[in-house]
Amino acid sequence: MQSTTKNAVDYNSVGLKVGIEIHQQLNTKCKLFCKCPTTHRDQEESNFQFFRYLRSKKSEMGEVDKAAVEEVKRSKRFIYLSYDTTCLVESDEEPPREINMEALELSLLIAKMLHMNVVDEVHVMRKIVIDGSNTTGFQRTALIAFDGWIDVGEKIGIATLCLEEEACRKIEDRGSEVVYSLDRLGIPLVEIGTKPDIKTPEMAKKVAAKLGMILRSTGKVKRGLGTIRQDVNISIKDGARVEIKGVQDLDILDKIVEYEVIRQISLLKIKEELIKRGAKVDKKIYDVSEVFKNTKSKILKKAKSVMAIKLEGFSGLVGKEIQPNRRLGTEFADIAKTFGLGGIFHSDELPAYGISEKEVEEVKKRLEAKEGDAIILAAGESERVKKALSRIIERAEQCLLGVPEETRKANEDGTTSYLRPLPGAARMYPETDVPPVKITEEMLKLEIPELIENRAKRYEELGLSKDLALMVAESQFYKLFEEYVKKLPATVVARVIYTVPTELRKEGYDINVLEEKHYRIVLKLIADGKIAKEGAGEVLKKMIENPEMSEEELINSVGGQSGLKELETFIDDLLNEKEELIKERKMGAFKPLMGEVMKVFRGKIDGKVVAEVLKKKLEVKTNIK
Amino acid sequence: MDLTGKKVKIKAKGKIFEGIVMPSVTGSLVLKLDNGYNVGFFDYEILEIEEIEKIESKTSLTKNPELPDVKIISTGGTIASKVDYKTGAVTSQFTAEEIVGDVPELAEICNVDAELLYNILSENMNVKHWIELARNVYSALKKYEGVIITHGTDTMAYTASALAFMISTPKPIVLVGAQRSSDRPSSDAAMNLICSALTATSDLGEVVVVMHATTSDDYCYIHRGVKVRKCHTSRRDAFKSINFIPLGKIDYMKRKIEWFVQDRFKRGERELELKDKMEEKVVLIKFYPGLKPDILEYYYGKGYKGFVLEGTGLGHVSTEWIDVIKKISEDCLIIMTSQCIWGRVCDRVYDTGRYLLKAGVIEGEDMLPEVALVKLMWLLGNYDLEEAKKYVKENLVGEITQSTKYWESMLSFFNSKNK
Ligand SMILES: [Zn+2]
Repeated sequence: MQSTTKNAVDYNSVGLKVGIEIHQQLNTKCKLFCKCPTTHRDQEESNFQFFRYLRSKKSEMGEVDKAAVEEVKRSKRFIYLSYDTTCLVESDEEPPREINMEALELSLLIAKMLHMNVVDEVHVMRKIVIDGSNTTGFQRTALIAFDGWIDVGEKIGIATLCLEEEACRKIEDRGSEVVYSLDRLGIPLVEIGTKPDIKTPEMAKKVAAKLGMILRSTGKVKRGLGTIRQDVNISIKDGARVEIKGVQDLDILDKIVEYEVIRQISLLKIKEELIKRGAKVDKKIYDVSEVFKNTKSKILKKAKSVMAIKLEGFSGLVGKEIQPNRRLGTEFADIAKTFGLGGIFHSDELPAYGISEKEVEEVKKRLEAKEGDAIILAAGESERVKKALSRIIERAEQCLLGVPEETRKANEDGTTSYLRPLPGAARMYPETDVPPVKITEEMLKLEIPELIENRAKRYEELGLSKDLALMVAESQFYKLFEEYVKKLPATVVARVIYTVPTELRKEGYDINVLEEKHYRIVLKLIADGKIAKEGAGEVLKKMIENPEMSEEELINSVGGQSGLKELETFIDDLLNEKEELIKERKMGAFKPLMGEVMKVFRGKIDGKVVAEVLKKKLEVKTNIK
Repeated sequence: MDLTGKKVKIKAKGKIFEGIVMPSVTGSLVLKLDNGYNVGFFDYEILEIEEIEKIESKTSLTKNPELPDVKIISTGGTIASKVDYKTGAVTSQFTAEEIVGDVPELAEICNVDAELLYNILSENMNVKHWIELARNVYSALKKYEGVIITHGTDTMAYTASALAFMISTPKPIVLVGAQRSSDRPSSDAAMNLICSALTATSDLGEVVVVMHATTSDDYCYIHRGVKVRKCHTSRRDAFKSINFIPLGKIDYMKRKIEWFVQDRFKRGERELELKDKMEEKVVLIKFYPGLKPDILEYYYGKGYKGFVLEGTGLGHVSTEWIDVIKKISEDCLIIMTSQCIWGRVCDRVYDTGRYLLKAGVIEGEDMLPEVALVKLMWLLGNYDLEEAKKYVKENLVGEITQSTKYWESMLSFFNSKNK
């Protein structure tokens, strides 16, 4: 097929508008609304579990959220894993505590770094989320600041900054039940939303990178996989606003924007074609279980029921590619999956998957389908199939209108899958269990930390390469770098705290056991001349094997006879041995002697130290004589 | 001018904001912005004010002749709550019809009639409310197959006891509440209500409390009203049967009751009868080391006729109290219960106990102190002193068990039986 995926898109003429929402976990001591630690736990460590169902409720404004209603239709069972580091607040068995001031202050600092206006009084809201990821059925969130900007060559507006609680970690989706872990629930999170000022995929990536850098510059945000997530809002002219959730990998952000533009353009083309054909959707759901009584399709055979719908004039379009390897039919399958079904079959791909030509014909006959019509088949428990198909009928009708507004999930390859309808603004009401907090002048007196990018520039001036400077500036041990760069060359310190550990990690060593104190010992040993700078790797390896080893033990364990005492004994012996030479050449004997000593101590004790000791001892010796 | 509920446009921080004015407790102007968030402003200028239409939802109920009729009497509490615009707090605001609109599953179990009798917090309940409620339930029982009373959980067990003594019932009287406010998706209100409807239409003829059995949404327990206590401030499974086991449990998803206690009062077993007099001059006093008996004299002086003592261990108070007890027991009734909660009172083991019995104290057996209090109100309201004394140690409605058992083992046995 002729594909839009390969043609370059002129983003200006399609009217691309992108806004980014960044969710960053904060590295505070306690959670946002209880005193539990913000530590990650393995699910095996869970000591208790329980389950709940959720129901959607009217908000204080009397409206019910559309996204919330769809979730309730599915009525899943949510299983929660509890730990010795979680309490009744996470379990929704106790009212929340007052808002964590450490988290609030940090969010104020970030607001200031983004040049934002802070609200006079912070009100915590309940944002309805009934996919089970919050035990309460809502996420507690508060609007902290609005109207800021960042500079990425051009000024991009920052619309809002919210402080909210992180949701549960999803462990397993079993279709009708979902398992969640409570360890993550309640970790403070800042949500930063840009204005839709971003006009190209590249700019989207740049903005996300800059925001991430600013957040890390506080030194108080969580690092590592899953601690930062991007949501992207994308729209084009005549298209619709689509929210893409959970982009964890910054590197594919531009691709996601690119592919979404392609998807919307493709859907608009499909719409044109459908209108030209006079297509329409038959709203009836047909039970065709009988047709597949003796089918060779394993999926259909074991299904409790098989049902079909008819999309008049859709033939050939259901199989049309709208993103790389994704067709319109894939969108329908996504919907089926949200209802706990495996997917769908559509007539553009049939016969196949064990479904025979005859069976397809029989279904078409029963549905009175004509030449240009498409058929969608779904199988499973009949209530679920009916619900899923009626939702697919709705979706097919939207094809005649263009692009539906919806929330989508980011896939690893940059494509996206349907998740749920776009949530409306009606999903919030006040969290009355948490009192509002007045923001005082005092609270806003915050010192802005140095940005990582500025720090990196400074490090470059100290003689580090551009890349290395950035890495060291990003490092959690940058303060150690600053301390030791006064005593050692910048390249040496950078080697110890960044280059060497990175090499060790590649060799398979678990460098996560190394803490600041370990790097400090290594730097101290080098600065004191007790080990050579080349010996850092050896010492770090020993530390990884046994993180509790003392400084003394470490010196002894690397190179065995190293250490100043050994050096001195060796030199004393050498000087006695070479008495003739010394008598003859006086201080001139230094060079050959140095060569002898270095043969033994190279890589163990710094040459400068060796020279110093040797020189001192040689002077004594020559003076005596 | 009160702007609450109106849509306004304001200028603050150099920007225009639009939103609906929400209640504020701090004097700030709280706006619900279009993005859903509430934000408080102290420094602002109002540009425009606009009235907005109130959205009202009404539910009308249609009757299914196949199903039994049940009356829901609402007294307020968390099971029927909503955000209050005036204070910003969660309060009892729903009418009883709204409860049914909220939990449509009820219509699959029974035909529901609903009445909002009170809209009060359960800590504001008093004896007069109990009496009015008992009369209301009594007349409902003539028409309906069962009665459900939605009630704040704090004093639900007291009300259950009061109804149990006042009404001899041939049908179920079910008290139900919620520990998580019903405005939230995770509320236990709906499940508790569905389970109480199943109980109200079951083979039962007594007053019970139906609430979550565990922290999960798996099943509810049917607790005997005179044997139950709220044992946790916040958990869903706060209600426990004390010195007894629950009468049964209800599987929420299967909508099925499993009975644990076979010799419960069954449907139609008793005649409907109302004895709604209560003596209010009855007091419950918790003893602690060093408490002086003056407290007894104070109440005696105020004309109190009934005293429930919550003593230590097997049922003791300081020997200092004996003279005063001797004095007032001539024209008063004094019941001894234990602050241990679990177990039976026995004043024949130690000297103090024997002196107390001699002084006129009557052992409250294995009754909960608050149940003894309500029982004493009822006894003194309906019988003369000598008769009342006779009934204290007699089991009237299930408040006293014949023998003390390993209740917790019995319960875990029943629970493991069908696993
Ligand atoms: Zn906690």
